[in-house]
Amino acid sequence: MIAPLLELENVTIRFGGLVAVSEVNLRVGDGELIGLIGPNGAGKTTVFNMITGVYQPTDGKIIFGGKPTACQKPHVLTKRGMARTFQNIRLFGSMSVFDNVRAATQLHRSHGIRQALWRGRSHQTSEKEVEDRVLELLEVFSLQDYRDELAKSLPYGGQRRLEIVRAMATQPKLLLLDEPAAGMNPSEKEDLMHLIEFIRKRFGMAILLVEHDMKVVMGICERIAVLEYGRKIAEGTPKEIQCHPKVIEAYLGAAAV
Amino acid sequence: MSRIFKDPRLLLLIAIAGAVVAGLSADKMNPYYSGVVIDIGIAIILAVSLNLINGHTGQFSLGHAGFMSVGAYVSAMITLALQKSIGPAALPWAFLPALVAGGVVAALAGLLVGVPSLRLKGDYLAIVTLGFGEIIRVIFQNVEAAGAASGLSGIPRLTGLTWTFTLVAVTVYVVGCLVNSTYGRGFIAVHDDEVAASSMGLNPTRYKVTAFVIGAFFAGIAGGLFAHHKTSITPQVFDFMKSFEVVVMVILGGMGRTAGVILAAILLTLAPEFLRAVAEYRMIIYALLIIFMMIARPQGLFNFERKKKPLAH
Ligand SMILES: Nc1ncnc2c1ncn2[C@@H]1O[C@H](COP(=O)(O)OP(=O)(O)OP(=O)(O)O)[C@@H](O)[C@H]1O
Ligand SMILES: [Mg+2]
Repeated sequence: MIAPLLELENVTIRFGGLVAVSEVNLRVGDGELIGLIGPNGAGKTTVFNMITGVYQPTDGKIIFGGKPTACQKPHVLTKRGMARTFQNIRLFGSMSVFDNVRAATQLHRSHGIRQALWRGRSHQTSEKEVEDRVLELLEVFSLQDYRDELAKSLPYGGQRRLEIVRAMATQPKLLLLDEPAAGMNPSEKEDLMHLIEFIRKRFGMAILLVEHDMKVVMGICERIAVLEYGRKIAEGTPKEIQCHPKVIEAYLGAAAV
Repeated sequence: MSRIFKDPRLLLLIAIAGAVVAGLSADKMNPYYSGVVIDIGIAIILAVSLNLINGHTGQFSLGHAGFMSVGAYVSAMITLALQKSIGPAALPWAFLPALVAGGVVAALAGLLVGVPSLRLKGDYLAIVTLGFGEIIRVIFQNVEAAGAASGLSGIPRLTGLTWTFTLVAVTVYVVGCLVNSTYGRGFIAVHDDEVAASSMGLNPTRYKVTAFVIGAFFAGIAGGLFAHHKTSITPQVFDFMKSFEVVVMVILGGMGRTAGVILAAILLTLAPEFLRAVAEYRMIIYALLIIFMMIARPQGLFNFERKKKPLAH
């Protein structure tokens, strides 16, 4: 069997006395679209932070592309092919929409200080390539008209989309989306989900999606993992998850509190 | 800027040509005025280079006078030694290499200080760089070869308008070209959000240290120009107040805005020359200006960039 793109083995993290994530196992194969759901505080964002190297798991192993990720910094892991968005939007506030995406193209470029200072022909060609690629990505997400606006000044939904564009500019094999539709109205959500399906096909990457809206997640994910209090309580196809007793209990329980 | 002038190299050449012409006509100039203009040039180099560290990259360094002093002492010791061995006639040829040597040693000091910046943020970094500046000063105060407390004097007067403004042009070119490139957006990304920057594959540590090294290099160059302009230097010249003055220029100019920072450097150098009262109460006025600015114009006193209308939500 081919090793999956991403594999979590008994991953656990403790913050002081709090076990935020406990013995979670998860696999994401090439090109898969997997949902990660669970009530507030279940540990979804923490799982993302461990995968991307922001936190180190206290226990367990994370393997990406066949190699462990232990002790690697986020920027190294991004170079290895993963990129993320943030639940609480973290755009580069003082830069334009265009520059936000442009900054995220640098990691695979060989051009650095020397070319920036020399300003030769190859610098111009390379900068032009970057520009074309950024504009192409902005167009996919209908942001091309805002290219020179400050990222901060975009409407909320636009900022969320820009976060995805910026992550995609790093050319990931795995895209981690942390509540990309939060704060959107139902029709915007619908559009975004179709867009996510579309980019997955077009750019051929795997996506791990955290989203609260069950309808949305059920609609597009192939497989869904459910977290509660840091533990994985269920995993399966949307159909299986929908009628899983533990999941119903977790969500009803959460609603009852 | 980059859209109007497609090739910044052309601008650099024009600026250098301008510096040469200015240098040729300097003989007719009142030496007091040309002296002030050189002071302004040195201030611009200091402010624009600190702007890379504090403005664009968002690190709070208070060590610029320290880097400046390293460049001043190293270059002055070189030209003083050469003056004895090869005589004054050949000295002008040795000036640029001496300046660069001062810049390189200052850059090494920048590397040394940049490394703790991996771990420290904001106030803590400010304190470390402040401490570094003071340590450097105490070292020069106690090293006999550097003249100890009385410093160095009899430094050949090699700094003229040509060298000063050629190096101003080079500094502005280097910082401008660096920041205005895809690579250079990384400095600003680190300034805006370090976590997001590293999640986009940019190495924040690398950018911070690079900013420190390049910023310190040009502070060292400015120090060399300063030493060969004043012809004598003492450790006291490069105290905390000097660093603070440059920080004020960067803040008033609007962190990360090169044009504003240059304007601030010019005005803050001129003000004490024209208003004696200002010279005496300079530090109090600077402090008041910063407080006023934080309240009324947080984007910088001399930052006149048109405010963009926020889009409808
Ligand atoms: N750095 C940290 N230090 C201490 N506790 C933390 C830290 N990060 C997360 N936690 C805790 O871990 C638990 C899981 O948080 P996490 O943000 O992962 O939940 P989540 O599933 O993303 O929730 P939400 O749906 O609200 O985003 C919470 O109890 C949270 O308080
Ligand atoms: Mg979360």
